Amino acid sequence: MSDKPLAAAIEGWHTMASKPHLIGSQCTHCGTYFFPSQAQYCRNPACDSTDFREVELSRTGHIWSYTNACYQPPAPFVAADPFEPYAIAAVQLEREEMVVLGQVVTGVGVEDLKVGMPVELVLEPLHETDDDIKVTWKWRPLPADATAQAGA
Amino acid sequence: MANDIAIIGAGMHPWGKWGHNFVQYGVAAAREALADAGIPWQDVRFVSGGATVRCGYPGYVAGATFAQALGWQGAEVNTSYAACASGSQALAAARNKILAGECEVALVIGADTTPKGFLAPAGGYRPEDPDWVRFYLGITNPTYFALYARRRMDLYGDTLADFAAVKVKNSRVGAMNPRARYRKCFTAEDVAASAMVADPLRLMDICATSDGGAALIVSSLEYARRIGKGDAPRVAAISTVTPTFASGVVEMPDIATDSAAAAGVEAHAYRASIPVKAYEEAGIGPEDVSLAEVYDLSTALELDWIEDLGLAPRGGAAALLRQGDTALGGRIPVNVSGGLACFGEAVPAQAIAQVCELTWQLRGEAGDRQVKDAKVGITANQGLFGHGSSVIVKK
Repeated sequence: MSDKPLAAAIEGWHTMASKPHLIGSQCTHCGTYFFPSQAQYCRNPACDSTDFREVELSRTGHIWSYTNACYQPPAPFVAADPFEPYAIAAVQLEREEMVVLGQVVTGVGVEDLKVGMPVELVLEPLHETDDDIKVTWKWRPLPADATAQAGA
Repeated sequence: MANDIAIIGAGMHPWGKWGHNFVQYGVAAAREALADAGIPWQDVRFVSGGATVRCGYPGYVAGATFAQALGWQGAEVNTSYAACASGSQALAAARNKILAGECEVALVIGADTTPKGFLAPAGGYRPEDPDWVRFYLGITNPTYFALYARRRMDLYGDTLADFAAVKVKNSRVGAMNPRARYRKCFTAEDVAASAMVADPLRLMDICATSDGGAALIVSSLEYARRIGKGDAPRVAAISTVTPTFASGVVEMPDIATDSAAAAGVEAHAYRASIPVKAYEEAGIGPEDVSLAEVYDLSTALELDWIEDLGLAPRGGAAALLRQGDTALGGRIPVNVSGGLACFGEAVPAQAIAQVCELTWQLRGEAGDRQVKDAKVGITANQGLFGHGSSVIVKK
């Protein structure tokens, strides 16, 4: 990668801080979280609220399951040349009671992962354009006892 | 009983990678189903098609496209799109029309021509479309199947050998099915030697995409009796239920589940809810089932479905498999057609093809693949978002 400026691959879906968070929404009436953010209608069938607040989701969670991509996905995925396989994790966020998918950071393979393992959210390049480096959220394993210290 | 309809004809164009217009497969399947029913095309008063979204407008209005191809004769028409459940929704529309007394005979039909490789989303920059988002982030269909497979390994102790055994089992029956695309008996060694796609799933654990077409002629029980087919297999139940909030298992193409954080909300697993309604409607339980056709998008997913259908306790499907219970000749044979493992997925035709297989099995016409004394069959499938279905066919 070059020294081009960093930009979010998908604008507004996460903060750009060194300890980044996904940006979701929460229904002010029933408390349901949404990611991607949802601010028009609440999908809880018992709630007809149209009032939402923007929230930063927990940046740590535990692996619900994991896999990898050994073959290059089709567009709109932009692959490195040559294609480098990467791991993928589905991560359970305790407070939000939801599971969020994402790639696992470069250099960590499926052999390094376990169901239940604590992970944290970081930003890493997804691909490069003429103008900037597009970054997105990825999951990085934490030491077994680190979730509490890392905080939600 | 009061809501039963008769299946008086079934037909399929063989699955493959033929590269022809999808309409051709549908017409071949429809003609075979009509001949099987022994009725003229003009008797069909409702054409209910499963749509394909990869073949332009003719695919979007598939019901009318097939009606035109078979020769306009004034029948009413419907087109359903529900990804892998399209065929079941088309069948449900036909059943409603028949039970409402608006027609006696309907054609239910689906066919597809599929591109090579991964199914890809529409282009552009479209973060409002979850299908676009997940491909952009590098998450393909096998990703989801692999997440579920890994979960089985972690929770229940399923092994790679179990997953391979599903492929071996299905390939043995698929080899005897002239309509299947892959007709070779594979070994566990073949599976192990195939390339890893999405750990723990290898190429031979994952279903391909295929061309194919399937059709059913369904009618009122009265009509079936009138043409001497009073003992034809019957559709006893169709379930197309949606999930119950909060849907707690991440489903293609979403990148996150519902949140179950609100008071009074619990996370639910969607797949298991699909057959519940079917069993209720048919007035039977899993213990009454003779055979099942389930959506084995991956080998591991067949094991999930066996549990979702209540044919094994949660986590018990691999034990059933190891005992040979789910093989032809076993206690509860699963995917004796060969399943998606041998067919590959022709999306709008697949749910109809499942019912075709049950029809032939319940008539005792499945030849070398025949399940002895088959009386009740159940199907299960699931596509995108909250699209899934289960159909019960009984004698």
